[in-house]
Amino acid sequence: MQPTNRSSRILLPVRLWFIHFSLLIALGLVYVPTGRLPGVPDWVALVLAFWCIREPLRIGMGAGFFFGLLVDIGQGAAMGQHALAYVVLAYLANGLARRLMWFSALQQALHVLPMLLVSQALMVAVRLIAGAEFPGWSYFLSSFTGVLLWWPLTYLLLLPQYQPADRDDNRPI
Amino acid sequence: MTFAGHQPPPIFNRGPAPLVRLLLFVSLCLMILVADLRFRYLEVLRQGLSVATYPLQMAAATPADFVRNASVYFATLVRVQLENADLRRKQLGSGERLLRFELLERENAQLRSLLEMSRRVGVRSIAADILYDAPDPFARKVILDRGAQQGVEPGLAVVDAAGVLGQVTRVYPIQSEVTLLTDRNQAIPVQVLRNGLRGVLFGIGQGRLEVRFVIATADIQAGDTLVTSGLDGVFVPGLPVAEIESVDRESDAFARIMCRPLAGVERSAQVLVLGRQVLPPPRPADEDAVPPAKPVAAP
Repeated sequence: MQPTNRSSRILLPVRLWFIHFSLLIALGLVYVPTGRLPGVPDWVALVLAFWCIREPLRIGMGAGFFFGLLVDIGQGAAMGQHALAYVVLAYLANGLARRLMWFSALQQALHVLPMLLVSQALMVAVRLIAGAEFPGWSYFLSSFTGVLLWWPLTYLLLLPQYQPADRDDNRPI
Repeated sequence: MTFAGHQPPPIFNRGPAPLVRLLLFVSLCLMILVADLRFRYLEVLRQGLSVATYPLQMAAATPADFVRNASVYFATLVRVQLENADLRRKQLGSGERLLRFELLERENAQLRSLLEMSRRVGVRSIAADILYDAPDPFARKVILDRGAQQGVEPGLAVVDAAGVLGQVTRVYPIQSEVTLLTDRNQAIPVQVLRNGLRGVLFGIGQGRLEVRFVIATADIQAGDTLVTSGLDGVFVPGLPVAEIESVDRESDAFARIMCRPLAGVERSAQVLVLGRQVLPPPRPADEDAVPPAKPVAAP
């Protein structure tokens, strides 16, 4: 697996436990109480979209559903609200995975933005139908801040795979 | 899928098509949503799973706690002294009122016993801190640092020094969730302090309140104070709730009455959770709640 399909660098294969570990860390970040601060990125959605694009055979709608329920419980939101949004997000990301792997991080981010917006719009629609109040347009700001973090996130989450196969390769002797 | 009795080799077998899986998951989510929002079936599941996510939530809340405590720690001495002096002054004032209150309470009890009325319900209270705003941006809720272990129950009223703030809607083991008065789904039965006129106060979002279903000719005016009526059997009667800001009698058969909450609904930090000591008798079943109207003999 390469960083992108245009790159000639071969990465180490991803470990499944690292995927789940990074999703758990993202879940912990979502649980950090930030009150009504607008523009706090939805970490779970971002990391989920990342792995759905990198590893469409391993991470998909099932993981989205499961972690969505956990976010719902932690936030005291309606059960199934984030689950629905993440399932749709995972479907879109899985579907575009082959295409997105040919693009640079910036172009990938431009593709991820509408996915995040669609998932947020779904949540707004569900809650408005249920009779909640509209949270204001600043609610959608979190998609934009999330997309700004796409490149650093790509770097961070691929860091374990950038390690050389043989540990002696970058050890000073 | 088999073609002429041949199984596909397992390396190509990837389960149902993505679209099928999407439809399955989406319908599952919609079922869960309806079960939760419409029928409230999933509270048990939520409580169970929240136990599992609790350690992670506690770990995540630690930095927020640290920031909160640090700001208290670095508060200047002068500010603390000023606050202290202010609190002493307030305590003197309220102490004097408390002395008179005890006298009045005894007098009231004697008068009630003379009139053979039932005693007023007792009140139990739990002091709590507001930890943070609930992260759900679609509702106006806050999280308290007291939960089921300290005796908080769903439905209790939450007040600050000035009036009612909201109602406990969900209880976790050591935290609880309070829906503020200004939430769109929150309603509270009130009466006008001046003349006892009853109504129901609704949150309408954007931090505003409205009394609905009061006819336009009712005796209600701007500046009136609304207190809880206690008719719901949940709230303690007589807690101040809101002040009427404007009354519009022109638009409809019902007056359009806008109110302002008396409590610092989106500002308070310390609150009291109030409950009745003795629960009211259970409501009669629906069938015999309203006896069939008897024909009244003409005088």
